[in-house]
Amino acid sequence: MDIKVRLFATLREGRSKELMLQLEETPSVEKVLTELEIDERDVAILLINGRDGAIDQILTEGDVVSLFPPVGGG
Amino acid sequence: MFGYQGNILRINLSTGKVGVEKLDEKLAKDYVGGRGLATKIFADEVDALVDALSPANKLIMATGPLSGTPTPTGGRYMVVTKSPLTDTIASSNSGGYWGAELKFAGYDMIIVEGKANKPVYIQIEDDNVEIKDAAHLWGKLVSETTDILEKDAPEKARILTIGPAGEKLSRIAAIMNDRFRAAGRSGVGAVMGSKNLKAIVVRGTKKVPIADPEKLKEVVKDCTKKIRENGVTGEGLPTYGTAVLVNIINENGVFPTNNFQLSQFAEADAISGETLAEKYLTKKDPCYRCPIGCGRYCKTDKVEGGGPEYETIWAFGGDCGVSDMPAVIEANFWCNEYGLDTISTGTTIAAAMELRQRGFIKDHEMDGLSLEFGDAEAVVGWTKKMGMREGLGDKMADGSYRLAESHGIPELSMSVKKQEMPAYDPRGIQGQGLSYATSNRGGCHVRGYLISPEILGLPEKLDRFTLKGKPEWTKIFQDLTAFIDSTGLCLFTSFAMGAEDYGNMVQAATGMEWSAEEVLKAGDRIWNIEKLFNLASGVGPDQDTLPPRLLKEPIGEGPSVGEVTRLDGMLDDYYSLRGWDENGIPTQAKKDELGIE
Repeated sequence: MDIKVRLFATLREGRSKELMLQLEETPSVEKVLTELEIDERDVAILLINGRDGAIDQILTEGDVVSLFPPVGGG
Repeated sequence: MFGYQGNILRINLSTGKVGVEKLDEKLAKDYVGGRGLATKIFADEVDALVDALSPANKLIMATGPLSGTPTPTGGRYMVVTKSPLTDTIASSNSGGYWGAELKFAGYDMIIVEGKANKPVYIQIEDDNVEIKDAAHLWGKLVSETTDILEKDAPEKARILTIGPAGEKLSRIAAIMNDRFRAAGRSGVGAVMGSKNLKAIVVRGTKKVPIADPEKLKEVVKDCTKKIRENGVTGEGLPTYGTAVLVNIINENGVFPTNNFQLSQFAEADAISGETLAEKYLTKKDPCYRCPIGCGRYCKTDKVEGGGPEYETIWAFGGDCGVSDMPAVIEANFWCNEYGLDTISTGTTIAAAMELRQRGFIKDHEMDGLSLEFGDAEAVVGWTKKMGMREGLGDKMADGSYRLAESHGIPELSMSVKKQEMPAYDPRGIQGQGLSYATSNRGGCHVRGYLISPEILGLPEKLDRFTLKGKPEWTKIFQDLTAFIDSTGLCLFTSFAMGAEDYGNMVQAATGMEWSAEEVLKAGDRIWNIEKLFNLASGVGPDQDTLPPRLLKEPIGEGPSVGEVTRLDGMLDDYYSLRGWDENGIPTQAKKDELGIE
């Protein structure tokens, strides 16, 4: 299935900012991180379709995964 | 006294009298310094019903017990006065170097009273304080004023000034220092302008006495380590500045767009922190003793200077539907030059755009500019007109509430207590909605930054759509923030530090006992005296609310679709937690507990 991944801030370094991943059936977010060689500890904020997600959450066709390192401001 | 210089500089511009008074140690213990101590002194001295732009209003610039000490970020100061924008207490904070320099000159705060009969500026060089003629500075931009004063001033002096917007009594005018730093919010620049006071030059050579230098060294080392090792303060903010928030807030579907008509901006990445760092950032511009260094210095083909911050990018960008980063940077540049608050300026242009969209603003008022959402030239053009009060810019210079009200539709102003809200749609962040509604200075994110737990997951992740626990979190954030704002430190340290850390630093500097519990109690006390001032000023609980759009019109698209702010489900609990009655009035028992009148 096709999963869109959006990367932000330092997670963009050496990677594109948005990409489509073709993954086998019932992939988890963990699979996405493995594919992109991203260390789970570098991900501070994980959104699936703009909502809080979990690392073991199973994705479905067309999901958008957004990954952020620790960020803040105001 | 330790941590404090023990001196208050009082300057009456009507009489020309300059005097130094001793700081009351008991007051310092109860109200800390900065925001808290200045508010206490202000509220004791000034009638809450005073016209904010009359000579009877006073203007205080206050440092805290950690300003000018070796603590990380200890260079900030707070401007406290009655706001001409909101009629509430104003406490507007700024970084840079000026605050620390004032402390080095030997003063914990300056109280400016009355009104000069002609434009003047104040020059402070340690014990030598002069009121000087400012005829040659009046009408000058912030950079021009700073250039002129730097030539005449003592070497290494720091300069605080208003721009033309403050002189012209714009109710959204800022006070600028060190060229690019702003005490931006609540129209404090207009109060300074109303006193015919253009600038304050300060140079100091005194040390701040420390109660326990060894202990302070140890605590500073510990806190600096926490700041450097924290992902936000050690990497995110140093690399991207506050602008890194553009994408994350937008991805959550709470990035207000087109004056809060939409909550997600399709072109957000073009105005993101990542884009800023890649294309426009030329250097970092940190404040006094700051290990974070979030300050930006950017350059385009047309302008260069400090900023822009996240809120600024949002106000001129997403809220106006503009994705042209050079235009956003230029609008920020002109706000710094005219001395305008970037949040209120950008959001007032956004409100004008919606008024135009709905037919309230007519063709003959356009003055050669457009007011279409998405028009990059418009945000730059209207900022200049607001800075000079030209044409429709004259009306806009008093903020979005008065502009929308003049057309009989004040609800189009996205403001709380007449001050524009910043860059987070509270419909999809319930606790932030409560924080906005109950903020003592009107629409504001830095009175209780619930974005931290609700979006960023700091210190822990809360579900942003639920109400449970939000009144408790809001109160704790508001109280801790009130304390931090009173120490002279930057609020951003709180991404890495907690109440105990702040208590330890103030204790080592002052020698006074400060447990985490006492820290929060002092914050509560400060919050309550601000509230009591607002009530006396006529800003009642009926104004503890949000614009009808945010309470009644659900978000129409994106990840936060269908949401409104459910304020009714939080406000009663919040009042109860505060020890206020059901109408939001502090009870006698609460006042007795805090030792306030």
